[in-house]
Amino acid sequence: MELIKLTIDGELLEVEKDTSILKAAKTVGIEIPTLCFFELKDMGIENKPGGCRICVVEIKGRRNLAPACTTRVENGMIISTHSIRVLNARRTVLELILSDHPAECLTCAKSGSCELQSMAQQLGVREIPFQGEQSAYRKDTSPAIIRDIDKCIMCRRCELMCNEVQTVGALSAVNRGFMAVVAPAFEMNLEKSPCTYCGQCVSVCPTGALTEVDHSRNVINALADPAKTVVVQTAPAVRAALGEEFGLMPGTLVTGKMAAALRRLGFDYVFDTDFAADLTIMEEGSELLDRLTRYLKGDKNANLPILTSCCPGWVNFFEHNFPELRDIPSTAKSPQQMFGPIAKEYFGKKLGIDRKDLIVVSIMPCLAKKYECQREEFKVNGDPDVNFSLSTRELAQLIKQANIDFNSLPDEGFDNPLGESTGASVIFGTTGGVIEAACRTAYELFTGKKLEKVDFKELRGFENIRHATIDFDGLPINIGIAHGLGNARKLLEDIQAGRNQFHAIEIMACPGGCIGGGGQPFHHGNSEILKQRAAALYKEDDGKTIRKSHENPFIIELYKEFLGKPLGEKSHHLLHTKYFDRSSSVFVEE
Amino acid sequence: MAKIKLSEKKKQELKEVCKSFNNEKSELINVLHKAQGIFGYLPAEVQESIAQELNLSIAHVYGVVTFYSFFTMVPKGEHPISICLGTACYVRGAEKVLEEFKRVLKVQVGETTPDGKFSLSCLRCVGACGLAPVVMVGEKVYGRVSPEGVKEIVAEYNS
Repeated sequence: MELIKLTIDGELLEVEKDTSILKAAKTVGIEIPTLCFFELKDMGIENKPGGCRICVVEIKGRRNLAPACTTRVENGMIISTHSIRVLNARRTVLELILSDHPAECLTCAKSGSCELQSMAQQLGVREIPFQGEQSAYRKDTSPAIIRDIDKCIMCRRCELMCNEVQTVGALSAVNRGFMAVVAPAFEMNLEKSPCTYCGQCVSVCPTGALTEVDHSRNVINALADPAKTVVVQTAPAVRAALGEEFGLMPGTLVTGKMAAALRRLGFDYVFDTDFAADLTIMEEGSELLDRLTRYLKGDKNANLPILTSCCPGWVNFFEHNFPELRDIPSTAKSPQQMFGPIAKEYFGKKLGIDRKDLIVVSIMPCLAKKYECQREEFKVNGDPDVNFSLSTRELAQLIKQANIDFNSLPDEGFDNPLGESTGASVIFGTTGGVIEAACRTAYELFTGKKLEKVDFKELRGFENIRHATIDFDGLPINIGIAHGLGNARKLLEDIQAGRNQFHAIEIMACPGGCIGGGGQPFHHGNSEILKQRAAALYKEDDGKTIRKSHENPFIIELYKEFLGKPLGEKSHHLLHTKYFDRSSSVFVEE
Repeated sequence: MAKIKLSEKKKQELKEVCKSFNNEKSELINVLHKAQGIFGYLPAEVQESIAQELNLSIAHVYGVVTFYSFFTMVPKGEHPISICLGTACYVRGAEKVLEEFKRVLKVQVGETTPDGKFSLSCLRCVGACGLAPVVMVGEKVYGRVSPEGVKEIVAEYNS
């Protein structure tokens, strides 16, 4: 391996050939400021268009300043990252960017997490000496994501996520010069594009150009209405990330504090989406076994591999891109959408509450969930099974508004009956978790034997696409796992071409799974945070007494008292759904 | 944006164009160039079709179309009018001629009259600098055009 010797800010160092000046500087503790640059290490995600010019440095002997993110080190380079020339240029660049940026920091949804704002702080900008034309573009509000393009600084991170990482292709830079914007084809609204609402664009946007649709006001109103009974469900990945919003270390589990906070916010019942995740495993696992048994008996229409269907971003993706494969995913609804009808048709009826007086709120690490709960097939006479879906970030905001000192809250539990869950459901929040949970149940139901080793470590990890074979007592079951929609696309194309022989495939739209969802606290490109969150979920699973979904006593009770059996008539009606061909519903209108 | 429906014949022609470039993503600009040659402009359906053939997102194709001023999404008029803004024509008052065309036709540069008869564009030098300022209508060249002569030229095609 060839090593390059150079000097940065008087510091002699040696780095591998082809290293960028930015990364070389990092090795000696010099953090060159960046704005458009973005990376998620170990996930192959890197954005360095070299467009913003914030990272310019001075290289001795060169006439022009060079961007550190795209310039590679050379032997003998003498670099200054904070000479007067660099400092002046960097400040001018930022002032020019700010001269076409709305000064709305006081009311901007991104205030406090905005990288442009922090950069202005870091560089000590106190006035904007330039006055020029201001961009004026219409605001675009979709069911989940708001585009406020006047706040866009053309860093192109969203384009990278949408096109390279997710291969969704909803966004592109269009027009040129001052008129350039990032937009869907024909500058249609996002709703008319193949957008899946995965929210990865929102999670990497440095400014307030891309944000989520905020439903917290609706929830506050519902909580204040004495005629309504308001129940809440919280997704697995939320408990592993919410603490970050209150200054806790990434990977701090706040399950108990979260339940306590929700109770203090005024929710009448604090339930857990994990309960519904156990229910999902009962239905999805049974479906896997049903198809597997038919396949083993030689049924050509058994539709294997079965694909998981918990992730609404993924559902939107295949409805748009692979409508011809829509018979393959499990028909089981996602945990969020299973929870809804169970809350309204079972729990509510038991308490004698009319469904229109029962408000179901979900706390999700996800933005696609906002769209999912508004889908027509999840409504009864216009009344949605899940009324509002809030992101992890919105919940944090609600807690702060209610003057709750989160960190000093006691640990409290969930309410019953829809709050009890197993370790299997907790790991739903990370890549590989859903299929591991399914294997734990499917193994026992299929073989009739007790599973001695509950952990399927071969299904865990962060590699983009993973394969593993699980031994079902002599029968090898081939499992595929993909996280990130681009990886999902690769797996699907393999299926179409007959190149793989999986029995079951788990897909999550976001890199890392739900822990890296579009509604989570911003990770600002630190992939360690995602790993800590995943580790937290595995830890919670490990600490649970019951770790298999079918052993959840409240699930057993629910089937006995209400549902009958998995895949039964009632289940079919309440817990299963169908998918649509949306490939032609993209754009172009009169 | 009016939705047009491509005829099967045109669709096939478009497919052939893509095929002649091996449906390579990197040939997008060449494909768009040829397609504009066939249709006279690049309506949404043509871009959609090209995106499908080259396996690109429609947003990406649209991004390229809107980046290069050569590409247009507005159909040209029956009689496309081009005003030369090259140096020779410019110093001899081409800009005033252009202003007069805009006023008479009530369209901006790059637009087409509502009746589809005329479209207005600018170009740089047709190699007839001796006749400056020069205006082209379709293939026909008009020399030494004055703002006063604009109405007359338009009338010629309006009868």
